[in-house]
Amino acid sequence: MSIEVSNIVKTFGSFKALDGVSLSVETGELIALLGPSGSGKTTLLRIIAGLETADSGEILFYGEDARDKKIKDRQVGFVFQHYALFRHMTVFDNIAFGLRVKPKHIRPSEDKIKAKVNELLHLIQLDWVGSRYPSQLSGGQRQRIALARALAIEPKVLLLDEPFGSLDAQVRKELRQWLRRFHDDLHITSLFVTHDQEEALEVADRIVVMNKGKVEQVGTPQEVYHKPASVFVLNFLGNVNIFKSRMVDGKLANLYIRPHQFDIARKPQGDNAIKANIKYLNPAGSSVKIDLLSESGNPLQVEIPQQLFVQLQLVKGEDVFVCPKDITFCEYEI
Amino acid sequence: MSNSRTESPLVRWLLIGIALFYLGLFIFMPLFIVFSTALEKGIAFYFQSLGDPDTIAAIKLTLITALIAVPLNLIFGIAASWAIAKFDFHGKNLLLTLIDVPLSISPVISGFIFVLLFGLQGVFGHWLRAHDIRIIFAPTAIIIATIFVTFPMVARELIPVMKAQGSDEEEAAITLGASGWKTFWYVTLPNIKWGLLYGVILCNARAMGEFGAVSVVSGHIRGFTNTLPLQIEILYNDYDFTAAFAAASLLAFLALFTLVIKSLVEFRYQAELEAVHKNKAH
Repeated sequence: MSIEVSNIVKTFGSFKALDGVSLSVETGELIALLGPSGSGKTTLLRIIAGLETADSGEILFYGEDARDKKIKDRQVGFVFQHYALFRHMTVFDNIAFGLRVKPKHIRPSEDKIKAKVNELLHLIQLDWVGSRYPSQLSGGQRQRIALARALAIEPKVLLLDEPFGSLDAQVRKELRQWLRRFHDDLHITSLFVTHDQEEALEVADRIVVMNKGKVEQVGTPQEVYHKPASVFVLNFLGNVNIFKSRMVDGKLANLYIRPHQFDIARKPQGDNAIKANIKYLNPAGSSVKIDLLSESGNPLQVEIPQQLFVQLQLVKGEDVFVCPKDITFCEYEI
Repeated sequence: MSNSRTESPLVRWLLIGIALFYLGLFIFMPLFIVFSTALEKGIAFYFQSLGDPDTIAAIKLTLITALIAVPLNLIFGIAASWAIAKFDFHGKNLLLTLIDVPLSISPVISGFIFVLLFGLQGVFGHWLRAHDIRIIFAPTAIIIATIFVTFPMVARELIPVMKAQGSDEEEAAITLGASGWKTFWYVTLPNIKWGLLYGVILCNARAMGEFGAVSVVSGHIRGFTNTLPLQIEILYNDYDFTAAFAAASLLAFLALFTLVIKSLVEFRYQAELEAVHKNKAH
């Protein structure tokens, strides 16, 4: 166990940013802190780094209480959303910074620093930018430099605050795959903050879903997507259709069904089939997204494989029958 | 730039003409008169009047005052703008307003405040007399009054720069293991250096040229409590025009020198500000 956080509370004025958050991170894991803005995920990350102090609660780093430790003794590497590169220094000097500010008796020689920086530049595949300034680089390059700079001090834990938040979609995708491979090679315990569920699902070993200063669920991407612990998690991790239904025991319940959990046919199949009219078709993508309006006037979102779409030759405006194959979540009304 | 091409040549020349006429009337002509009057009795007389013991004493006092006031306000300016730009605390707006006080009240009143505080009849007058300490009508008062009048100069330049830069880079330096001092020296200072220099130049120009506040607390004791601007007034009132303008030419030189440095620094300072915005844009 490398990081153990228990019962962290943090308030800013009257705003409760963290309300009793507990979390444990295994050595070598890549964890995503996922949540909407204001959910406290960045605050939690900053408290773990030591950039903020918790009002109450405990943080253990490898079993030792981290609250008395200064930031520099925590051995964490922090990557900021807006990179926070030192703009007046070259890329080389940026990466070397953490080594050069070490106290004299433990500071490596300038030759060793040079070797280390070149090694890191090679690792992030940017060998040729050492003498440039951050302003001469693209966003994706800057973020990789920021990562190399954080890694130079050989941290035990890497903390990344919305690392891809300020990049455009294409670079974002590339960089997050790169981060995944990078983590698989280095196996450094890492936590990253994101509000993008796709990013969390794709990159993380485990996801911590946060909302309003609390942890809603901790689990693998499969767990949080397929077995959400709450309606919030369910909604946050993807589109979902809601149906009110009377259950066999006579109680009223809300049924949550993801768009891919439907079948579409021209004839009703089974008792649960719902007649609906196709309002919009989006066949661009790996699956076809269809917006429908049910007979009772409820909007429906359905996703079907391209193959089925081609086979059925669906067109906008026609009536079809949709039939749920599965249910993601069931919530009884009290 | 391209907009100027849409104006007719007549309008363009008219506008440039008006601007030049104004500059000529209010800057070039007075400057010319300062130097021509200073030199009207020849270069030898010019240096002779500058060599007058009272004038030399005034130059010395002016330099000493600036040498004390500027570094103190430099430290104050960095501390105040750091506090305002990087921390949130109660009374921040009050502090911001207070920093502007010397700019918003008449310098004469600033000087008068110190007379009321440290003068013989003032709040601390009795205690000071009992301990045989003289502040008013002594160089000390001149230095205090100058510090007061010039203290916003550095802070006002730095606050916007520091605010725009935020504290990301400082936080990054700290997570990389830098101490507070190293963070300031290697990260903060290089980022604000042009803004800082700009503030120091303005502060220095004001410190050397201040008249109102200094005049009230000085007592005009020749060779002892006269700064250069006060000495100029005395020489002028003595109908010693050539000497007065010779001394004035020194201040004019200071102004020209400041102007040149200022435009050089402004150029770099703009680049600094633009770099901030560029970084923010991503």
